[in-house]
This record gives sequence, C-alpha cells and structure tokens, in this order.
Amino acid sequence: MNIEGKKAIWKDYQKEIADDKFYYVRSCVRQNFFPGSETAFLKIMREELKKDVYEHPCHTTCTGIGYHSDIVPVETTMTVVARQFALMTEAGYENLLPSCITSFGLYTEILDTWHHFPAVEEKVREQLKKATGREFEKPKNLAHASDVIYKFRKDIAAKAKYKLINKNTGEPLKVVDHIGCHYAKMFPSKGVGGAEYPYVLAGMVEEWGGKVVDYPERRHCCGFGFRQYLVQANRGFSVACSKEKFESMKPFKPDMIITNCPGCPMFLDRWQYVINEMEGKRYGQNGQGIPVFTYEEVAGLVLGYDPWDLGLQMHQTDCEPVLEKMGIEYDPDKKFNTDPITKKVNTQQLVNV
Amino acid sequence: MEAAGQLSKCGFEVSLVEKEKTTGGHLNDWYKLFPDRRSSTEVKEYLDGITLNNGINVLTNTTIEKFNKNRNHFLITTSGGKEMTADAVIVATGFELFKSSRKEEYGYGIYDNVITSSDLEEMFRNDRILMNNGDVPKTIGIVHCVGSRDEKVGNLYCSKLCCVTAVKQAIEIREHLPQTKVFCFYMDMRMGGAHYEELYREAQEEWGVNFIRGKVSEAGETINNRLVIKVEDTLAGRPLKMELDLLVLMAGMEMSDGGKKIALSAGLNTGDNRFFAATDHHYGSNRSNIDGIFYAGTCTAPMNITETISHARAAVSEVMDYLKDGRI
Repeated sequence: MNIEGKKAIWKDYQKEIADDKFYYVRSCVRQNFFPGSETAFLKIMREELKKDVYEHPCHTTCTGIGYHSDIVPVETTMTVVARQFALMTEAGYENLLPSCITSFGLYTEILDTWHHFPAVEEKVREQLKKATGREFEKPKNLAHASDVIYKFRKDIAAKAKYKLINKNTGEPLKVVDHIGCHYAKMFPSKGVGGAEYPYVLAGMVEEWGGKVVDYPERRHCCGFGFRQYLVQANRGFSVACSKEKFESMKPFKPDMIITNCPGCPMFLDRWQYVINEMEGKRYGQNGQGIPVFTYEEVAGLVLGYDPWDLGLQMHQTDCEPVLEKMGIEYDPDKKFNTDPITKKVNTQQLVNV
Repeated sequence: MEAAGQLSKCGFEVSLVEKEKTTGGHLNDWYKLFPDRRSSTEVKEYLDGITLNNGINVLTNTTIEKFNKNRNHFLITTSGGKEMTADAVIVATGFELFKSSRKEEYGYGIYDNVITSSDLEEMFRNDRILMNNGDVPKTIGIVHCVGSRDEKVGNLYCSKLCCVTAVKQAIEIREHLPQTKVFCFYMDMRMGGAHYEELYREAQEEWGVNFIRGKVSEAGETINNRLVIKVEDTLAGRPLKMELDLLVLMAGMEMSDGGKKIALSAGLNTGDNRFFAATDHHYGSNRSNIDGIFYAGTCTAPMNITETISHARAAVSEVMDYLKDGRI
C-alpha cells in the first residue's frame, strides 16, 4: 500500500471546521450506549481547549433514525430540523456541532436539498412558522464532533499523558478506524478525507502515536444499518455484517477499534460478545476481544482521564488489554464501583456550564 | 500528423507543433492495436513517414502560448517565444487518459497491483507482465468504464474504445500468460466498430476470457497484499467477492489539458463533455466557432485511430475549401 496515494486523496477533501462558539446537539442514543463519551467531549472542549460550546435544553431528536427507517416523512424531518436551527439562531450561535453521525448526515442532506430546491426550504420555513412561530438562519458551519476533535488533535497531543503506543514493545498500536456510513458516504466532500479513505479518525490515530490498519472490509457497514437491526427478523444480517468485518480485520491483529458513530461502537462491541457466545470465537489477541472505543473515549484516555469516568466499564468487550498496552494507570476494583460522589450530577450543569 | 502530411502533399507550407519530445501521442505508449492486433509501430511509421518526409516544420517540446487573429491571419506565439503566422489552423490536441486515481474506490496509486490499461501496454511492450513483487499474476481483473459513463466524475459520455481495448488486452494477457485467468467486469459490451464483435467472441471462445456483467464497487488489500474486489454479477443476480493478483483499470478519454488551454486562449467553444464543440455534429464536425480554425481527431470526441485519420483527412478538405474561395 502506498500511503502517498492516500495523502493525495486526503488533500482533496479538506473541509472548513469552525474554531469556536459551537452549538452542540447531542445524540438520541449515545448517552445510553456510551454514556461517558459526550461528557468527555464537553470536558475536552471546555476545559482542555477552552472553547465555547452551548447546549439548548429544548433540543430534540432530529428524527434521523425514524427517517432512515421510513417511519417519519421527510417533510416532518425537515421541519424538526428547521426547529433545531431556530433554537440555535435564538441562542445566537452559527456553528452547528452534532454528536451523532446520522444527525450530521441528515443536516447535510437537508441543507443540500434546500440548496438545490429553495422552494422546499420556503415551504419548511412556513410550516415551522405556523407550527411554532419560530424562524431560523441556516448554520454557517456544520461539523461533526469528530471533525472538531480532528481539528484540535495536535492540541490534544500536546497535552497527552499517554500515547497510542505499546509500552512494552514501543510499537504503535494497530488501530482499525471505522467511520459511520452517514459521515461521508452520502456527501464525500463534507467529510475530512472523503468517503473512500476517510482521514478524520486516521488523523487522530496518527497524531496520538498509533498506526491505522487498512483491511479489505474496512468500508463495510458495522452491522447497525437501521433496518438490519430495528426489524427484529433482520438481526441475523446485523451480526453477520459485523462478523464479516471481524474476520477481515483479524489477520492484521488490531489492538483496538476507534469509531465516530453512535451505532458502530455499540454493534462492533456487543456483537463480539454475541459471536463468542454463539460460536466461541474471539477476534483479538490472547483469546480476548478487540476493544472498541469512541473517538472521545480515545481522546480521554490519551489525556489521562480515568477509564471508568469515561464509562469504559459499559463496554461489553473488555477495554483492559488496551489500557495495559498503553500503560494507563487504573484501579480494576473501581470498574463497577465508581465513587458515589461522581454520580451526583447537577442537571442544570449538565446542560450548560 | 495525418492532417499535416496531407496538407503538405497538397502543396501547403505546414508547421506541426507538438508538446512532447516526439510526435505520435498515445500511439507511442501502445503495444498492439485492435481489432487486428497489428503492432502500433507500423501505424507510427506510416505517420512519421507522412510528416517527416514531406518537409513539414516539426516543432517538438513546444506548446502554443498565444493565439491572435488579425483579419485572415493567425499570429501564434509558441512556448519558446517564437512567432508564426498561419492562414489556417488545425487543432489536433488529442485526448488524455482519465486519471484513474480519481476513482478512489479502485485504489489506483494506493494499492501497488492496481494498474491502468496504459500501464499494461507498457508491460506488454517490455514483455514483463508482473506484479509489484515480481511474481507472475495468476488472476487478473479488468474494470471497464473507468471514468466513462460515470456521473460521479462528471463524464456522462462513453469513451467508446475501452471495451474493445479490454477485450484486446485480455487476449494479449492470455497469449503472454496462458495459465493466467482473466475476468472482465463490464456494464455493457459496446462493440460498435468493425471486427470488434468478432474479437469479443474470439476472446470468449478461443481464449477463455470471463466476462462478468457488473460494476466493481471497491478494491482492498489482504494481509498478503492480494487485491480483494467486490462486484455485483448482475446476470447471476448476486454479489461477488474475489481475490486478484492484478487489477487493470480501463481508463476513459478526456479532453487534454493542452486542449483546454488553447480553448481558453483562442476563445474556442467546448461542449458539456469539455471536448471542443464543432459547429455541426453531422456536417461540420471539423469546423470551430472561429473561421480558419479546424479540428481533427480526439480533441472533439473519443475516436479510434481509423476514425481519427479519417477525421484528419476531412479537416484537410475543410482547410482547402476555406483557403480556395476565400472564407467559409
């Protein structure tokens, strides 16, 4: 493989990512799947990078899951999205920062639709006005939260306590980067690095000391695929998709998987457990699974955050092999016994610090 | 070259400006030609003969920098700063092969064993059809329509010659490497030239080339550096995944960069396909929007060598007509 060829492609797909004053919209599902990730993101943005990140308490789902599952009509979806834009406008922000890949894809798709069909935008504006009395400005900048971490990857590296390096061998950790389908497959120019060889996560991995693994099924869906999973009868397809990926990446002996989508880490993590239960198969080294992380979790580990504060105890495939390799200090006894004080959360503070 | 030679034979003083160090264009890179698989050097020798032996002023390593029309004369400034005057101009800037790295999913420039049709011709010429590690490939895939009939890269047109080139090259692979299996992945087999269909049949019946109707969706690489492609076999109605040693991309034809530059500097019209736009598709395919400037060959559309030579001769006829009775 010729890395220069990839670099030439990456040069063609650079997008504008805002520098500050972000309007953050959370994912519907990530707080359940990986509850520490969004909290870690806000901590990194606000405390490490000193950025202004605003959250609106009235933000709702974008309806992306319903839209892609054919149960929410597109006009409804557009009007809901228009309301999100209206909330952002009212709060005085212009840089939309979605946490969810599907939301990011949906916002991108809707803005593109309105660009090509201005009459549709006008109709949606009317509908929103009639339904809620609100008006909106379109975002000046739309970047996924992983784009922003990519943008500030060097700042994070400068503050790093740990690197993605095996402390025993000194070798870079071999990392599989898995990109959510809705990140750039629909609009390659809207993703860092394009759709075929995305750089958004690869750039983080390289900057933090790791090495990206290129394997044949790296473009393959993680197995979430909405209808594969949401329709119970299709769930066999879902696990089969994930299995296809694991079989393909196994010969490369990856140390970990990094993801930027709500569904991918969930399914790549959980299905490893299921496949092991069904077939007794494990895909990692020494009879272990391959730990799966969100990019916020990886950034948090690099910055020296406590693994259990990052919520890594919620992973079904144990994260410890990576913690050991990176030389991260952690208390195994606290894995499922975190300090009760950390659970005391001021809900007001959760929204806007 | 053909137009210059024919004009010279008719008694005109002709200058031929060539940006490369030798004339002949892509013919210099090709091994054998379809459909009869004659050596490309035979045709090159004919063209060299008609230009070099007819007193034509051949300027190689030269490009056109400026184009000015003054009444009925053209003042042309070359890259070397030389100024020439001409009564008529034939633009024959040809084509460029589609840059296959733009079809990112095929991995050209990323995976060592993904090559283009042009790269394969060079291998034929050197009689070294080898993988990057020096091994002889045992399984070779050929992808048709790379950069042609492809909205994603902005080329809606058919490059017309890639199908027959693929068939020719598949046969040549089997000739050179009888033990090597060849798979062609196509959307449609467009065998619209004399003897093309026969060649297609020969490839199947005599050379055992496998033709699979379906587009390759992506290429990847295994831990052993073997290529893995995914393709849909639309006739069998099922997806395929296949390991290959070599993947050959049938790069389509595009307007040349030199042609684009001349179009801008001279104010010549181009079409939606970015090639030069002739004034009339049926009876004015050599005529440009500027009196005295004519087109020859693949600067107007994809053509094979036979068509290009015929088109060049037609351009000569237009020039003679233009210079005889004054102006068109």
